Amino acid sequence: MNILVCIKQVPDTKIIKVNPKTNTLDRSSAPAILNPYDAHAVEEAVRLKEVHGGKVTVLSMGPPQAKAAIKKCIEIGADEGYLISDRRFAGADTLATSYALFKAIQKMMNEQGVDLVLCGKHAIDGDTGQTGPGIARRMEIPPLTNVIKVEKVDTVANEIVVHRKIENGYERIQSTLPCLLTVEKEINQVAYSPLPNMLRAARYNPIIWTVDDLDEVDIKQLGLKGSPTIVGKMWPPEKSKGAELIEGDVKKQATEIVALVLSKQELFEVKGGE
Amino acid sequence: MNMDEYRGVWVFIEQIEGKVLDVGLELLGAGKELAEKLEVDLCGVLIGNNVKHLANEVFEYGADKVYVIDDPIVDQYRTETYMVAVGDLVRKYKPEIFLYGATANGKDLASAVATEVMTGLTADTTLLDVNVEKRLFEASRPAFGGNIMATILCKKHRPQMATVRPKVMKKQEPETGRTGELIEETISLKEENLRTKVLDIVRDTSKKVNLEDADIIVAAGKGIKDEKGLQMVAGLADVLNGTLGASRDIVEAGLISHDHQVGQTGLTVTPKLYIAIGISGAVQHTVGMENSETIIAINNDPDAAIFNKAHYGIVADAFEIVPILTEEFKKALHVEAEEGDVAHAGEV
Ligand SMILES: Cc1cc2nc3c(=O)[nH]c(=O)nc-3n(C[C@H](O)[C@H](O)[C@H](O)COP(=O)(O)OP(=O)(O)OC[C@H]3O[C@@H](n4cnc5c(N)ncnc54)[C@H](O)[C@@H]3O)c2cc1C
Ligand SMILES: Nc1ncnc2c1ncn2[C@@H]1O[C@H](COP(=O)(O)O)[C@@H](O)[C@H]1O
Repeated sequence: MNILVCIKQVPDTKIIKVNPKTNTLDRSSAPAILNPYDAHAVEEAVRLKEVHGGKVTVLSMGPPQAKAAIKKCIEIGADEGYLISDRRFAGADTLATSYALFKAIQKMMNEQGVDLVLCGKHAIDGDTGQTGPGIARRMEIPPLTNVIKVEKVDTVANEIVVHRKIENGYERIQSTLPCLLTVEKEINQVAYSPLPNMLRAARYNPIIWTVDDLDEVDIKQLGLKGSPTIVGKMWPPEKSKGAELIEGDVKKQATEIVALVLSKQELFEVKGGE
Repeated sequence: MNMDEYRGVWVFIEQIEGKVLDVGLELLGAGKELAEKLEVDLCGVLIGNNVKHLANEVFEYGADKVYVIDDPIVDQYRTETYMVAVGDLVRKYKPEIFLYGATANGKDLASAVATEVMTGLTADTTLLDVNVEKRLFEASRPAFGGNIMATILCKKHRPQMATVRPKVMKKQEPETGRTGELIEETISLKEENLRTKVLDIVRDTSKKVNLEDADIIVAAGKGIKDEKGLQMVAGLADVLNGTLGASRDIVEAGLISHDHQVGQTGLTVTPKLYIAIGISGAVQHTVGMENSETIIAINNDPDAAIFNKAHYGIVADAFEIVPILTEEFKKALHVEAEEGDVAHAGEV
């Protein structure tokens, strides 16, 4: 089974800091990492390969530094990594991103089949989750989003059964292959990489393609030009009057909060009929 | 594309097992304002099996028209059927703005439709407006990583689409008996040509956390550091009979499940009391809690942005003050509980 995983390098938004006075981002504070959901997608692909055989290929669009994220995937156990990198891809929103990735996937499909495409549930820099379904639509294969478990893969009948997380529960859904899955964190735990993978990753050089390496690309659909959405104005969110500070030592502060909260009678009325 | 052909504001009315989800009704309220400014109809899109009668509810919440596709093939949500159903409607009736609830299925559908009809889509918006003169939809959301709001525009493509989190917009009062125009459409797909099938749906009925209805939320952020810190905050929540909330950072750190997350990509909450402990107050968090009645923030950094949103601020080390608070509340509430007008901590 040939599995393709789309992965993105993102700034670690857990670390990126904002200067509260100027409302600007301190980008230097944020290291670039492999999008955490994508790590789970790669892990799932590697596990499926262990059972069903085949190959795991990762694909990313981004600047040359994104090679580091691809190497991380090799550590997890991917066999091969492609980076599409070109100024003409820059500034892409999700529609233009899915187009560029689709063009790369098409080219790969000509070289080797693709039975399954995996994406993360979303990338933590934008949290949109729109790229996966977009790629599926372009490939004309079914998208199955928010997958928490791959229950069954039947490579003979070309069928897959997955659990898809929905509001308060999940659904079991069956699809023909190829299809595209976007995965949640619950799907697996990313295992520690074995030493041989680490060594291979350290030496690994991803294959890099530019726009010119892809076939029949409509330049108008790429990058900023191909992106229907643009950022208009940006502004710091409204500040309220600001908090009334409760001063004093901890003991005094605590006493004041307790008095304050208790003064709100309605908070502690026994609710009837529950 | 002739953009002038596109008129009207649409809302996707998601229904599950014959029940309209609240988010669709909330968006009708928000959509109504946009439609009135643009002087166009507000329309609902209703898809499912035996769902036609639900249109009445959609009219009562303000829709002028409801497009219905009522067919066994769309009994359950599947991207491949819904995408075609909605895509066909968009191509035929050409709305200029299209809103979806940011539920699992709403996001899935909106993404697929955006590619299907080749237009822009803005995710998880928290503020909607329109530039009437340019007929330009202004969908705003907290921007990447920081304390900044950004307006996303889609100038050259129609419809202009956005997903909106549940509870961000307010549901308006329905107008009983209000009706409108029902437009029935059909879908041309055949089951045997489809590639996906929903085998069954497993509902988790033991919904453990219910942040959205909580009167008291005690929320923990990265400042509580680890499991032990979280337990400390949970202890305070318990004494107050409150519900435990969380910032995304401790959810991402795996300390607590996503059902507890407050904010742009979590839940929007409006409790009577919100106590934020060790939360910096990034805009992605505050959009989810800023309408709480009383906000108390505890943070050891006097410059933390959360103090801009809080009504009361305590600059202190959480590890020092929270245990004291828990003890004091325990004492105070216990005494008053004996007087009979207070719920015991841990009850219910
Ligand atoms: C697309 C996107 C969507 C997002 N969606 C959400 C969302 O839905 N909800 C959400 O919450 N976030 C969301 N975020 C993340 C958000 O931007 C912030 O990163 C996050 O809210 C910060 O969490 P925090 O306040 O817990 O951590 P930090 O920013 O690390 O803040 C920790 C705070 O604790 C204080 N502190 C440290 N030690 C102590 C101590 N001993 N006592 C008291 N205080 C202490 C520090 O001064 C600091 O202010 C999103 C981000 C992105 C990019
Ligand atoms: N530039 C990119 N390169 C490769 N994959 C991407 C890229 N952007 C998004 N993806 C994939 O799409 C998923 C969802 O991203 P997003 O739609 O940005 O939230 C990610 O988890 C990746 O699997």
